[in-house]
Amino acid sequence: MRADLDIIQDWITPNSKVLDLGCGDGELLAYLQQEKNITGYGVEFDHDNITTCIEKGINVVEKNIDEGLASIQDSSFDTVIMTQALQVMYHPDQIVDEMLRIGKECIVTFPNFGHWRARGYLAFRGRMPVSKFLPYTWYNTPNIHFCTFKDFEQLCVERNIHILERTVVDNEHKHHWSIRLWPNMLGEVAIYRITR
Amino acid sequence: MPQSIPEDSVGIVTPQTIHFDQPLALACGRQLDSYDLVIETYGSLNADASNAVLVCHALSGNHHLAGYHSPDDKKPGWWDSAIGPGKPIDTDKFFVIGLNNLGGCHGSTGPRSTNPETDKPFGPDFPIMTVADWVESQARLADHFGIHQWAAIVGGSLGGMQALQWAIDYPQRLRHCMVIAAAPKLSAQNIAFNEVARQAISRDPDFNNGHFYENGKVPKTGLMLARMLGHITYLSDDGMREKFGRELREGKISYDFNPQFEIESYLRYQGEQFSKAFDANTYLLMTKALDYFDPAADHDHNLAAAVSNVQCKFMVISFTTDWRFSPERSREIVDALVTAEKRVSYAEIDSHNGHDAFLIPNPRYMDIFSAYMKQVVADIPQTGKENN
Repeated sequence: MRADLDIIQDWITPNSKVLDLGCGDGELLAYLQQEKNITGYGVEFDHDNITTCIEKGINVVEKNIDEGLASIQDSSFDTVIMTQALQVMYHPDQIVDEMLRIGKECIVTFPNFGHWRARGYLAFRGRMPVSKFLPYTWYNTPNIHFCTFKDFEQLCVERNIHILERTVVDNEHKHHWSIRLWPNMLGEVAIYRITR
Repeated sequence: MPQSIPEDSVGIVTPQTIHFDQPLALACGRQLDSYDLVIETYGSLNADASNAVLVCHALSGNHHLAGYHSPDDKKPGWWDSAIGPGKPIDTDKFFVIGLNNLGGCHGSTGPRSTNPETDKPFGPDFPIMTVADWVESQARLADHFGIHQWAAIVGGSLGGMQALQWAIDYPQRLRHCMVIAAAPKLSAQNIAFNEVARQAISRDPDFNNGHFYENGKVPKTGLMLARMLGHITYLSDDGMREKFGRELREGKISYDFNPQFEIESYLRYQGEQFSKAFDANTYLLMTKALDYFDPAADHDHNLAAAVSNVQCKFMVISFTTDWRFSPERSREIVDALVTAEKRVSYAEIDSHNGHDAFLIPNPRYMDIFSAYMKQVVADIPQTGKENN
């Protein structure tokens, strides 16, 4: 399993109701369904991913998350998850608000634009960072709202969002003592557990 | 006639008629003392009757889902694209049943049948059927075959409504429910179109208040108009533009009222063909069944409450240009199921074909259909003994 998903699954209560926004091929939901007996739904937009989810017997709803989640009732999920998708949303702040409305708890992961490599790329080359981890150029990237950990945490302060837990990892989703020391510089992916 | 019967066809099929003697109480308060259902089946029923799939038809559909009645048939059954060996509803794995619903005009008891009380055709006196009445009659059909639980019930449009009603009325009797291009109830606009269709039929001088069989005449004009109107709602603006545009039959405008645009002659042709084959009373009855369908009505208009007891897993599919039952209408079903914590998947297929898209093969539609039906196969109990 993808390493960030392995960290997330640990935070999911057995038999709970989980919504995975941008569920991809349904890997996390399949695992949670089997191991934790959750009632899970994935929301996905990519056609191939949707077919894969259906083949796996995952509940998947085709939807463009940017169109909103208004049809989902308040607090109707125990946990709402969004992994590596916040930065592709048109209105990431509104999506986070919506996630907190429909979920009692939310888990959000995103790439850290404050990582030293991104900073270095921009500082020394004067160009938008391109890496193996973020392989797009500025004009074709789906990632339209990059932020750093500090930016996200500032949003949480402004919006009264409580951070229950934060795990910062490198792009192989490994912890390292240095990341804990200087997360916004050395961490590449953050995994936040938040509530309101 | 097909050059030769394709390998992935169910081949030559023969309908059968099943007679039911136990009276069927109907929503309207009346009952049918006895009735016939015409059906077709494909594939074979396994020993514990756990691989059966019921396909419910839409407004003008019937029991002839797939294959050919004779080598001279020009066209196969109406859902031949989805049913056959290796097709999404794989007849190598499933036992598939198609039926003509009660009130229909393809052999099951309906307005054309003889009313035992008068020894004349029922005509307009045939009771108005509801979707729930059809489900009840289909449940008896399942009993006839010893099918306690369908592997899946599948339907498009009005057929999808029957599938949904099944899941509500008989939660234990199906494992999967596939609702395609349907809606949880008709909108005012949908009912309005149906009403114009009904007026077209009932105001045809040959309709004779529905007692036209005796006169040897049929309200052809009315049926034709009803079908032309209906057909417009089955297509999309995009699809019509693509297929017909403003093409002229003769290449120039003739300044008279004869059909000149291709779309005009197409609709006339479709309407005429339909009026030769379909029964006017059945058309009225089917549109009423559509108008009345509203399973949430008994639950304070809360669809999530209406589906609170369903057990099966759902696959809901809609098509982008369907404006008769638009994707929003399918999403109402999906949202209710999610609210009720039921298992459901939903796909919205890109298509130019409007409401008709559910009958037309489209690579993504067929991929999703196949992927889902593989799950249905996987959920067939391995042997009856293990599960009894």
